Amino acid sequence: MAGAQRGSTFWIVAALFVAAAAAATFLIKNEYPFFAGYVILQFIILATAWNILGGYAGYVNFGTSAFFGLGVYTAVFLFKATGAPLLVQIIAATGVGALLGFLVGLLTLRMRGIFFSIATIAVTIIIETFIINWKFVGGASGIQMIRPAAMPPFDSYIKMLFVNSAVMVVIAVALARFIQGSWIGRGLQALRDDEMAAECTGVPTLKLKLTACVISGALMSAVGAPNAMYLSYADPASAFNLNYSVSALAMALIGGTAHWIGPILGALLLSVTQQLLTVTISSEVNVLVLGLMLVLFVVGAPEGILGLYRRARARIGGKSQP
Amino acid sequence: MSEALLEVDGVTKRFGGFTALDSVSVSIRSGERFGLVGPNGSGKTTLINCISGVLSLDAGRISFLGQDISTLPTYVRTRRGIARSFQIPRPFKSMTVVENLMVALDFAVVGHGLAEGERHEEVMSLLERMGLAAKAFRPSSELSQVELRKMELARAMAARPKLLISDEAMAGLSSSEIDEVLDLLVKLNGDGITIIMIEHIMHAVMRFSERVMCLDAGRIIAYGTPAEVMAEKRVQEAYLGAQA
Repeated sequence: MAGAQRGSTFWIVAALFVAAAAAATFLIKNEYPFFAGYVILQFIILATAWNILGGYAGYVNFGTSAFFGLGVYTAVFLFKATGAPLLVQIIAATGVGALLGFLVGLLTLRMRGIFFSIATIAVTIIIETFIINWKFVGGASGIQMIRPAAMPPFDSYIKMLFVNSAVMVVIAVALARFIQGSWIGRGLQALRDDEMAAECTGVPTLKLKLTACVISGALMSAVGAPNAMYLSYADPASAFNLNYSVSALAMALIGGTAHWIGPILGALLLSVTQQLLTVTISSEVNVLVLGLMLVLFVVGAPEGILGLYRRARARIGGKSQP
Repeated sequence: MSEALLEVDGVTKRFGGFTALDSVSVSIRSGERFGLVGPNGSGKTTLINCISGVLSLDAGRISFLGQDISTLPTYVRTRRGIARSFQIPRPFKSMTVVENLMVALDFAVVGHGLAEGERHEEVMSLLERMGLAAKAFRPSSELSQVELRKMELARAMAARPKLLISDEAMAGLSSSEIDEVLDLLVKLNGDGITIIMIEHIMHAVMRFSERVMCLDAGRIIAYGTPAEVMAEKRVQEAYLGAQA
């Protein structure tokens, strides 16, 4: 079967990717590439997670930062209260993110279009306000996090976080890929095209949207968890920064939302550009470039890089499709 | 075959102060060809939306196969055997014709455990019957109006319904196309599927139906064989206006 073969190719590439990430941490002494690489991997996961609800189901979620920030603070709370290790922080954040996804979904997924998007922004503000007023996790002024020693075989915590993120990328992408190819993905696609027709064709639209929202939210919170350790610091203004919401959305749209590879391409393109700009010019230019690229793609290539690729292939290959 | 398949009992639907359906009761027999007529805004589509579960009832109850389905979500009703087409076609635009039908097989026909090959066969034979086989792998966004109508019927059929509701499947079609769709519906009925047809094209609905019901302003104003309904003075008034 071609499908099975494609499946094993995916897992081979994924294994090579994690192996390469791990090998790099031993071969490269300088910490900086991992510091920058961590951010890129983080955005691949965020964009992939966003796409499960925003791309497959067509529900534009502006609340990525709510889930991300909740992940950050779940980790902060657990670390401060119990000194829980990184893995426990991530697993707990995943659970909390899934729960938030379920609640937000239940309350908002009956709304369509712009109303859903506005409701997700509101969720961010509510949670951020709550954290700002919670002294135990530092309140508005934030909290300093003292990194424990890195677990062997890693010689630095940043390198360990980098490899951890590489594994999380594989998990997130594998999930997105599974959903896309399964009946869940076909149901989401149907309800994105026409919710009423989908429901009348037997698609349990609310259940599927909730499933997508839970998985998407769980992944977003999971990525947030290591962030406090990465920065050795957490504060509400940066953990719940709207930038996460806009970036995740922009990356998925620029890459293309119809296929799991789209958000990866978009995240790579945007975050690599941003990292280069941060080093060469200034971090403020980032935001400008993000905005410009989004406008360019929305006008010139509404289906993202994937759409451009398909059009180019159709032009070269003629009508090779059956 | 005379037991009631669908029982609509005192169904009332209001939109704010406007009563779209006022205590409508009708019983559809298994295997029947039932016509639903009435002027614009008389509540035909509202009734269909209540039966398929798109709208909730304000009063009354609907039972299907002897079970109360009034509060079931739409997708469950589809799985129980109520499928429909839409007045304005609602294709899944980003999918091919085959994929559109696969959605029904994936979600409406649960628990049958069809293998991939059987699924494909079933979809292709449906498309064959609808005269859409040549377009099977085309994106649904490329279809013409009549093809879209046929695809909607095919998609509804892929859900293996016991009751098929056709909501103005012939609107905007040429007379030869109307005959084509009409033939299809008669054939489906011949296979034992009960059909409710909503139509403005009188000669089509009169030719097709065994019984006809006419709605006006949310109330049943006539009910009987096509000839009886056509002869009813109130039906003529509803369509043509009362003579002074």
